[in-house]
Amino acid sequence: MPLPADDSWSAGTTPWRRPDRRLLRLRRGLTLVLVTLPGLVLSGGLALVEPVAGLAGLAITAAVTGLVLVAVGRRWAAWGYLERDDDLLVRRGVLVRRLSVVPYGRMQYVDVTAGPLARRLGLATVTLHTAAAATDAFVPGLRADEATRLRDRLAALGEARQAGV
Amino acid sequence: MTAAVPVPPPVDDSADRSDDAGWLRLHPLTPLLSGGRFALLVLAFIGQGAVRSSPAPGRTAAVLFGIGVPLVVLGGWISWRAMRYRLTDTELQVESGVVTKRSRRVPLARLQAVDVVRPFYARVLGLAELRLEVVGGGGGAEAPLAFLSEDDATRLRAELLDRAAGRREGRAAGERDPVAPPEVPERVLVVVPTGPLVWSTLLGGPVVAVSLLLVALAVAAVVDLSSAGGVVFLAVPVLLGVGSFAVRRFLSEYGFTVAESPDGLRLRHGLLDTRSQTIPAGRIQVVRVIEPLLWRRFGWVRVEVDVAGYSGGGEEQSLTGALLPVAPRALADQLVARVLGGPLPAEVLSAPRRARWRAPLAHRRLGIALDDRHVLSTYGIVTTTTDVVPLAKVQSVRLTQGPWQRRLRLTSLHVDTAGRRLPGAVALHRDAREAPRLLAEVSARARAARMSSRPGRSR
Repeated sequence: MPLPADDSWSAGTTPWRRPDRRLLRLRRGLTLVLVTLPGLVLSGGLALVEPVAGLAGLAITAAVTGLVLVAVGRRWAAWGYLERDDDLLVRRGVLVRRLSVVPYGRMQYVDVTAGPLARRLGLATVTLHTAAAATDAFVPGLRADEATRLRDRLAALGEARQAGV
Repeated sequence: MTAAVPVPPPVDDSADRSDDAGWLRLHPLTPLLSGGRFALLVLAFIGQGAVRSSPAPGRTAAVLFGIGVPLVVLGGWISWRAMRYRLTDTELQVESGVVTKRSRRVPLARLQAVDVVRPFYARVLGLAELRLEVVGGGGGAEAPLAFLSEDDATRLRAELLDRAAGRREGRAAGERDPVAPPEVPERVLVVVPTGPLVWSTLLGGPVVAVSLLLVALAVAAVVDLSSAGGVVFLAVPVLLGVGSFAVRRFLSEYGFTVAESPDGLRLRHGLLDTRSQTIPAGRIQVVRVIEPLLWRRFGWVRVEVDVAGYSGGGEEQSLTGALLPVAPRALADQLVARVLGGPLPAEVLSAPRRARWRAPLAHRRLGIALDDRHVLSTYGIVTTTTDVVPLAKVQSVRLTQGPWQRRLRLTSLHVDTAGRRLPGAVALHRDAREAPRLLAEVSARARAARMSSRPGRSR
């Protein structure tokens, strides 16, 4: 039983929240630009020299694009976060699955970051920091208003429940 | 000491110009010490030159000694003049810097540990360095005070710890008792004898390195006798490295004494450079018990501790952090239970048998134990390691599952703390259905422990 699907302990009926679909679109677009486009150009170049090689290149490009698109989709679908009463759950990863439980009282600070592409789409990443270096809870691809809401809520809850290190 | 020296011209931050009282200086011999350190460096440099028989080291030496050393002393004197510190009820204030002024406020409530370090050259003059470890120190001491007289250092330490614990609030800020508060009485719990310390140090890297060398030599002798010299030549740097690590560790942990005082746990150790660490109660994030393979027949273990932000600083990092460099298992268990304030969870849940496909040798050592106050995990076959985390110190809890683990329906549980060197506990390769239950259990108990420990100890 893969663990993120196991909701026996996911507290009540609240479903996991996901990154915005626009993140998925962004990553798919990036795949097309970074994988498919170079593949097509290369295949075209090969086709000029040797038509069979060009066809093979086309086939490989299609296959790789398909694989990467599936991986991107699964990776996006694996992301999730869940705000419970006392802690935040964050899950991610397809090949290596991870699930983090961060108590609000342990949060030291919350970061909201956005790269140039994400900003254009109005997306941001929320990262949680505790006093432990190993804590690796972050959620990418949140709509700007959701990111702000999450940040403010985390900060408020963190303050209310702050415990000494 | 203060009366003789006029208060330096006001620094321009003027945040609290109003109260100029109570500022103290470091020991006046500090500049001489930095000069002395430099002179030693020069000596080492010349010694090296003499060995390499470079031409005329005499003139360079004369220049370095005649001009360099006085310059260093002068520089040290100028920065000594610019440096001052003051202790208030809530913080330690340190101002320093000649060109760039720096003013630091160290909140005492965030104090994690206080070390009094006496390097060899400072001991000769009866001086000591005081180092404070603070949450978020980010490596290295937050505010090293080098150097104070040994009396001042121990007195300041006692005051820092008192105020950090919220005791002795009746006195005015920075005021010094004419009758110095005596160092709080301490009770010695363990003194590590030198014999086992030497043997245990040798039974680590040195023995392994030498046996590897012997094996390599035997192989070389069988294959081609003339290559044996090459093997020795290649081995020299490795042996030197291993040897110097062992020697430094021995020098650092010589005469290791564990004592208990009202201030907290006190660890004293060192042969040339001595160090006296004080860890206030309830500051320990992780305790690790290590049992190397070669120690097993003697029944010895090593115990290490970590507090938040406790780094020991740079190179010493791997050398310090010991709570007990070597001790019989039973004694170590007793001490661990004592410093953690309660017995350890006894019932160790071992990993499922199929974990052997993922960890063929170590799977029998994998385990986790949990009670209301601590979580404990064990792993490792060559060096069996047990990590104990007080549940009140848990920062976050994680599950991870790699592809190979998923096929075997295994999941690892990580318990993170604010410790710098020791990250926390990890229960590797649990059953994939058990792990979420463990996660929920650890989170819930950690929450309960956090709640019950909150009043009384603010950050």
